[in-house]
Amino acid sequence: MNWSFFHKLGSPKWFFDISGRWLPWFTGAGVLLLLAGSVWGLFFAPQDYQQGNSFRIIYIHVPAAFVAQSCYIMLAVAGIVGLVWRMKLAHVALKCAAPIGAWMTFVALVTGAIWGKPTWGTYWVWDARLTSMLILLFLYFGIIALGQAISNRETSAKATAVLAIVGVVNIPIIKYSVDWWNTLHQPATFKITEKPAMPVEMWLPLLLMVLGFYALFTVSLLMRMRVEILRRENRTRWAREALEKML
Amino acid sequence: MNAVTEFLAMGGHGAYVWSSYAITLAVLSLNVLQPWLARRRLVNEEARRRRREMT
Amino acid sequence: MRQIVWLLFCREWRLAWRRPGDLLNPLVFFAIVVSLFPLAVGPEPGMLRTMAPGVIWVAALLATLLSLDGMFRSDHEDGSLEQWVLSPHPLSLMVLVKVLHHWLVCGLAMVILAPLFGLMLALPVSVLPVLCLSLLLGTPVLSLLGAVGAALTVGLKGGGVLLALLILPLYIPVLILGTGAIEASLQGMPVAGYALWLGCLAVLSLSLAPVAIAAGLRIGVSE
Repeated sequence: MNWSFFHKLGSPKWFFDISGRWLPWFTGAGVLLLLAGSVWGLFFAPQDYQQGNSFRIIYIHVPAAFVAQSCYIMLAVAGIVGLVWRMKLAHVALKCAAPIGAWMTFVALVTGAIWGKPTWGTYWVWDARLTSMLILLFLYFGIIALGQAISNRETSAKATAVLAIVGVVNIPIIKYSVDWWNTLHQPATFKITEKPAMPVEMWLPLLLMVLGFYALFTVSLLMRMRVEILRRENRTRWAREALEKML
Repeated sequence: MNAVTEFLAMGGHGAYVWSSYAITLAVLSLNVLQPWLARRRLVNEEARRRRREMT
Repeated sequence: MRQIVWLLFCREWRLAWRRPGDLLNPLVFFAIVVSLFPLAVGPEPGMLRTMAPGVIWVAALLATLLSLDGMFRSDHEDGSLEQWVLSPHPLSLMVLVKVLHHWLVCGLAMVILAPLFGLMLALPVSVLPVLCLSLLLGTPVLSLLGAVGAALTVGLKGGGVLLALLILPLYIPVLILGTGAIEASLQGMPVAGYALWLGCLAVLSLSLAPVAIAAGLRIGVSE
């Protein structure tokens, strides 16, 4: 296998150049996918026979939850890469992705709660999925808080990396224990997001929205990382030249 | 006109659907706007610094 | 190797007994939190019994958290932590000794005290062994996971609240399983499953947490 790609990734300059080229494509794809997905989901997808139109919230709730969960795994992967290969870029990625992940978790929680009102008759039910998302939000808060509490950049990056790895080991345990707790305390409630068989015209827009959310997540992450890199590398010549072009 | 209001009401669920879409739109745009503002701040700082050095 | 473990343990023990008040504080906190609940919700035994597993476990969680805050602080301030990091012995083993000591004076003491509070919260006597068992298996996990957080926040000012923020979400599985065991026993159902899961978590954290604690301390000391 050719590992030069991996080593290039460690170079902030290379990343800055290539991400600048990727950014318009991701932005275009994200906006298009989200537009198409939400227009399709809101206007053309058929109503759910049980939940009626409130079902259309699925098109944002599920993608946000997907991105929120995979973002945490990404944090841990970035943490491992940063600790093992001492790659600065991985630390930048960890720092920049955490707030986006927290926002996505927030969106999933809020839309889940709003969806709960017409479905369960109340905004908050201690449903297994919503509870896990709430705990995920706390985990994100922990990472962000630790990152901000340590003033030394290097130390803060390493500490958050360790915390992210510890958290990702715990996530499956938390998930299973919460599922178990939920079945013990409220057996067989009506699950909002578990549909036995979704017809194509219902899940295709969902697929578009998931891809769109991922694309927009990438856009936000790349933008944050580029600013952070410029700030960290402002002693180097290429960063000064890049800044010059932006003036 | 009637069809539009009927669509917006979404069979009584309109408030829920539209509010959650609005919140999502707000959060997504915030996530793009924030790094954009940070970038502009960085560029402004740099410009100020250069002006200072010129004089 | 055995010698260094024993030496460290004796040192911890002596240091702790120099200030016996510090040993007692988490336990008194535990007792106060437990007795706040009957005052807050009323002394009706039926309600207390349904709440008892949760109350005792949440109190145990908070008491552990409170005692963790100072776990590495004095060692960090007087520089002995740096000596540990530099010493040729594996750091993860040495921190394990420290965590073991913490568990003995905090976790084990709570296990011994818990039946008393169980009775005060109107738990039937037949449930008390399960209460002790769940705490016996769960508190080591609390000490180990908490030490990870304490190691990561070692040099920070105002680390207490931050520590709670980092560690409490990770305590949730222990809380669920621990209270689940007591509730199952209250309803006369078998508790073996819960106990096995708690034991599983204890073994898992015993094998993985020392590595994370050592990594956290190395990072904290290098600052």
